[in-house]
Amino acid sequence: MADIEQASEKKSWKKRTDPVVIYKKWCKACSICIEMCPKQVFDTDRDGFPVVTRGMDCTQCSICWIHCPEFAITSNEK
Amino acid sequence: MDQMSNVTHKYLRPKKSFPNVWCPGCGIGIAMGAMIRAIDGLGLDKNQVAVVSGIGCTARIPVYLDFNTLHTTHGRPLAFATGVKLANPKMKVIVVSGDGDLLAIGGNHFIHAARRNMDITCILVNNYIYGMTGGQYSPTTPFKKLSSTGPYGMIEQSFDPAELARTAGATFVARGTVFHASQLSRLMSQAINRHGFSFVEVISNCHTQYGRLNREGSAVKMIQWQKDHAVPVSVAAKKTPEELEDKFITGVLYEQEKPGYVEEYQKIIDRFSRESTESMVRVTES
Ligand SMILES: Cc1ncc(C[n+]2csc(CCOP(=O)(O)OP(=O)(O)O)c2C)c(N)n1
Ligand code: SF4
Ligand code: SF4
Ligand code: SF4
Repeated sequence: MADIEQASEKKSWKKRTDPVVIYKKWCKACSICIEMCPKQVFDTDRDGFPVVTRGMDCTQCSICWIHCPEFAITSNEK
Repeated sequence: MDQMSNVTHKYLRPKKSFPNVWCPGCGIGIAMGAMIRAIDGLGLDKNQVAVVSGIGCTARIPVYLDFNTLHTTHGRPLAFATGVKLANPKMKVIVVSGDGDLLAIGGNHFIHAARRNMDITCILVNNYIYGMTGGQYSPTTPFKKLSSTGPYGMIEQSFDPAELARTAGATFVARGTVFHASQLSRLMSQAINRHGFSFVEVISNCHTQYGRLNREGSAVKMIQWQKDHAVPVSVAAKKTPEELEDKFITGVLYEQEKPGYVEEYQKIIDRFSRESTESMVRVTES
């Protein structure tokens, strides 16, 4: 039980500090952000959706969100 | 240009129709984002902006936008926009539509709006094909390229939209790509911020129709192609025609000041309202 609590706490901590957040309801898994990010911040999940895995490398360069055709990427810092 | 990530959300009608109708990876969404950032960067009041389109995938843009919007009939956005502008000259009027809409069925409206130097910003998203209706060739489909109505390759020569706008009388002509999204935003901002017929051609990808038929790959691949084939104006000046053969030039291609229809029309209104008040004064004095 404590484990789960800890894990979920960690998860929410991770969510808060992700430099960019994908709004999955609007994302169509086109992979533009994944391919265009100069810092390879995203990995692809099983269904082709982007997941932030190297958030600490993000430079807030804006490339991902200005190229997302679905307006599905929001920065946590800008 | 404002690079705030969620600035676009201020201008969307999210409850209405999201996720949008476009194929995953379609450049139209990127062009729309660039346009929103341009408007936001200029600090324009939402109520003082009208976005007008015709019919097509590109022409769906206004449906998602929280401005004054008009989704009109095929080929006619410039005609409607002219009406909006003359009825309300203070309104910033932006037309956004596809190459088929603006140059095929709407070709006459296009050249005449440009010739009149009508005070409108015209954004043409050029994906070289009719996306919405199934990949029929458009006036910009390049020579030899495949389309559903040209299965043996295009045998007609194509329009260069920017060149057409310039020779028809547009006073600002620019070209950008969805790959160069921040530059595109700047070009749109310049176009919106000036008077006269200001034209921006946006090179975009229709991977579902044009890309599939011509084996040009995924959305990402087609957008990368833009990066490899775009030559900025300053660089192009130093290149030979051979070096530029399969390339296109980006940036501000042409700019000139000329009297525009809207201001000339206003002068006539002012003149006659002055004359009629003067004659009224004469009548009451005598
Ligand atoms: C009067 C009329 N003729 C034909 C059509 C069918 N039609 C709808 S969209 C379209 C062409 C769209 O091509 P384009 O303007 O290049 O836009 P895209 O979908 O590529 O963004 C056509 C021919 C129509 N809607 N109305
Ligand atoms: S802002 Fe730049 S570095 Fe950060 S995730 Fe987006 S594209 Fe990558
Ligand atoms: S660019 Fe946008 S729609 Fe495409 S995969 Fe990334 S978040 Fe999803
Ligand atoms: S058909 Fe082509 S232009 Fe239309 S949404 Fe799909 S990719 Fe975009």
